[in-house]
Amino acid sequence: MDSEKTRIREGRRVGAPDNRYDVRQKAGGPSSNAGGSPVLGMKIENLSAFYGSFKAVTDVSMDIQANKVTALIGPSGCGKSTYIRCLNRMHEVIPSARAEGCVMLGDQDIYAKNTDPVNIRRRIGMVFQKPNPFSKSIYENVAWGARINGYRGDMDELVERSLRQAALWDEVKDRLKQSGYGLSGGQQQRLCIARTLAVEPEVILMDEPASALDPVSTQKIEDTMADLKQRYTVVIVTHNMQQAARISDFTGFFYIENMGDPGRLWEFDETEKMFSNPDRRETEDYVTGRFG
Amino acid sequence: MNQSSTRAPRQSGSEPEGTGKFKESVGTRHGYDRFFAVLVFLATMLGLVVLAVLLVDVVVDGIPRILQDPVGFFTNFPSSTPENAGIYPALLGSLWLLGLTALFSVPLGIGAAVYLEEYATDNWLTRLVEVNISNLAGVPSIIYGLLGLGIFVNLLGPITGGKSLLSGALTLALLILPVIIIATREALRSIPKAVREGGYALGATRWEVIRAHLLPMALPGAITGTILALSRAIGETAPLIVVGAATYISFAPSGPLSGYTALPIQVYSWVSQAQADFKIGLTAAGIVVLMAVLLLANSAAIWLRNRTQRQS
Ligand SMILES: Nc1ncnc2c1ncn2[C@@H]1O[C@H](COP(=O)(O)OP(=O)(O)OP(=O)(O)O)[C@@H](O)[C@H]1O
Ligand SMILES: [Mg+2]
Repeated sequence: MDSEKTRIREGRRVGAPDNRYDVRQKAGGPSSNAGGSPVLGMKIENLSAFYGSFKAVTDVSMDIQANKVTALIGPSGCGKSTYIRCLNRMHEVIPSARAEGCVMLGDQDIYAKNTDPVNIRRRIGMVFQKPNPFSKSIYENVAWGARINGYRGDMDELVERSLRQAALWDEVKDRLKQSGYGLSGGQQQRLCIARTLAVEPEVILMDEPASALDPVSTQKIEDTMADLKQRYTVVIVTHNMQQAARISDFTGFFYIENMGDPGRLWEFDETEKMFSNPDRRETEDYVTGRFG
Repeated sequence: MNQSSTRAPRQSGSEPEGTGKFKESVGTRHGYDRFFAVLVFLATMLGLVVLAVLLVDVVVDGIPRILQDPVGFFTNFPSSTPENAGIYPALLGSLWLLGLTALFSVPLGIGAAVYLEEYATDNWLTRLVEVNISNLAGVPSIIYGLLGLGIFVNLLGPITGGKSLLSGALTLALLILPVIIIATREALRSIPKAVREGGYALGATRWEVIRAHLLPMALPGAITGTILALSRAIGETAPLIVVGAATYISFAPSGPLSGYTALPIQVYSWVSQAQADFKIGLTAAGIVVLMAVLLLANSAAIWLRNRTQRQS
C-alpha cells in the first residue's frame, strides 16, 4: 500500500489511500476474493465519455451485480468499448479523452479526486479484443503484473493457479520459459486472461475477448467465464448474440438513434428478458438479427 | 461467394463473358518488371563497386606500411621520419572519444526520447522541441565544434580541462544526440498501443511499463541509431580541430582531462605532408586502422543488439 501511495500517477501524486481496500487487505490477505470475502459489484450513474469535444457515450446508468456476468451488446460504433474502458479508468489513457459521471466500485467512487487509477486498474482488470501478450516468457507474462503490485506469495503457485483458471495450464506447462508470442491467438487470449487473474482483481472487464478466435478457443474462454463468475464480477462486450445469451445474466443494449448522436444505453435488463421479451423495439430487432 | 464460384468455370471457357475491357496480354508488364529489376540491380552494383575500389585502394596502400613494422606502427608516436611514425596516441584518443561520447550521448538521448514519446503532452512546446531536434540533426558538424569551443573549452574550461578529451567527447555527444533521440523515438513509436494498455490494465505505472516492456522492445532500434551516430562521430575531424585536438602530439592521453589527438586528425595531418611516404603509405595505413575501429565498434553493437532482441 505504501509503495502505491508514493507511486506517481498520470501527472499528479497519489492522494489518500483507499481505506476500504486497506481493511480488506488486512482482513483477507492478498487473495481475499479467492478466500471468500464478498465480491464487489459496480454502480454507474450518468456516465458520459468524450474524445476531445466529441461525445461518444452519453448518460449511462447501470448496476453491475457482483458474481454475475453482464454482457454489453449493440451495433458497431455505439460506444461499447468506450464505455467499458471508463469502468476502470482506461479511457483517460487516450490523449484528450475524458469521462464525466459517477462510477462506484462497492461504495468507492473510482473517479474521486483521491482515487489512484493505478490501484483501480489492478482491482478492475481488463482483457482486450486483440490478444496483447507481453514479449516475455509465458511465466513472466503472468508473473509481471503480480510482481509490480508487490505480490509476496509463492509466485510459481500463483502462475500455475492463474493459468489453470484460464484453462491454459495443460497446454503450456512444459514451456513456461518460452515466449508468449509463440502461442496461438486463442492461447494468447487465455494467457491475457491468466495475467489479469494473477493480480486478483475484483471485477474483470472483457472487450470482445473471443472475436478473433476459432470456435474451440471461444468455447474454452466461455467455459472459463462461467467459472470466473464464482469469484469475480464479469462485464463482457460481445457481438455474438448466442454468446451473450449463453453466458450472461444481465444484458445492456447500446444504441445510437440518429447518426451523429452519442451512444446510449438503450435497454438494460436480465438477459432472459432481453432476449425473449425486451421492452423496446430496437432491442428486439437487434437481438433477433434484423439489423446491426 | 457461391454465385461467383458457379460462374467461374463458364468464364474460363473459350470466350470470356466479362465486359472485355481488360487487356489480355501481360507480356509488356512483365517486360517493365524485368527492366526495373535490372535497373535497381545496377544501382546497387554501382554503389558497391565504387566502395570496393576505394577500400581495395586504401588496403593495398596501407597494409604494406603496417606490415613493414606491425608493432611499431601501433606503439610509436608521430615522428618527422615516416619510417618511425606510429599511430599510438591517435588510436588511443579515438577509443577514448568513442567511449566517452557513448557514455554521455546514449543515456541522454534515450532519456530524452522516452520523455518526448511517453511523458510529454502534445502541445506547442513539445512540437517546437520536436522540429528543432530534427533540424539539429542536419546542422553541419563544424557548428557543433564552435559551440563546443564556446561552452566546453572556454566557459567550462576549469571543469573540462579546456582542450581535453572531455571537451571533445561532449562536443561529439551533442553532435550525435539528435540522431539517437530520433532513432529511439521512432523505435518507441512503433510499439503498438496495446502493449502499453496491457501494462496499465494490470495496475502498472507509466515507468513500470516503460522499464519492463517499452525500453526492451525499443532497444534494438535505439542501438541501431546509436551505432550509426557513433560511427559518424568517430570519423569527424572538423569539430575536433575547432575544440582543440592536437595535430602533433608526443604523449598518449592519460585520462578524460588529457590533451589528445584522434585518428581522422592524424590521417589529415599525414595527408597534408609533402613527402610521399607520409602522403600515401601512412595515410592509407591510418585509414585502415580507423575503419577497423569502426568495424569493431559496429560488430560489438550489433552483437549487443541481437542479444537484447533475443532476450526481449
Ligand atoms: N481514440 C478515439 N478517438 C476519437 N474517437 C474515437 C476513438 N475511439 C473511438 N472513437 C469513436 O467513439 C465512438 C464509439 O466507439 P467505440 O469504439 O466505443 O464503439 P464500439 O461500440 O466499441 O464499436 P465496435 O463494436 O465496432 O467495437 C465511435 O464513433 C468512434 O469513432
Ligand atoms: Mg469496440
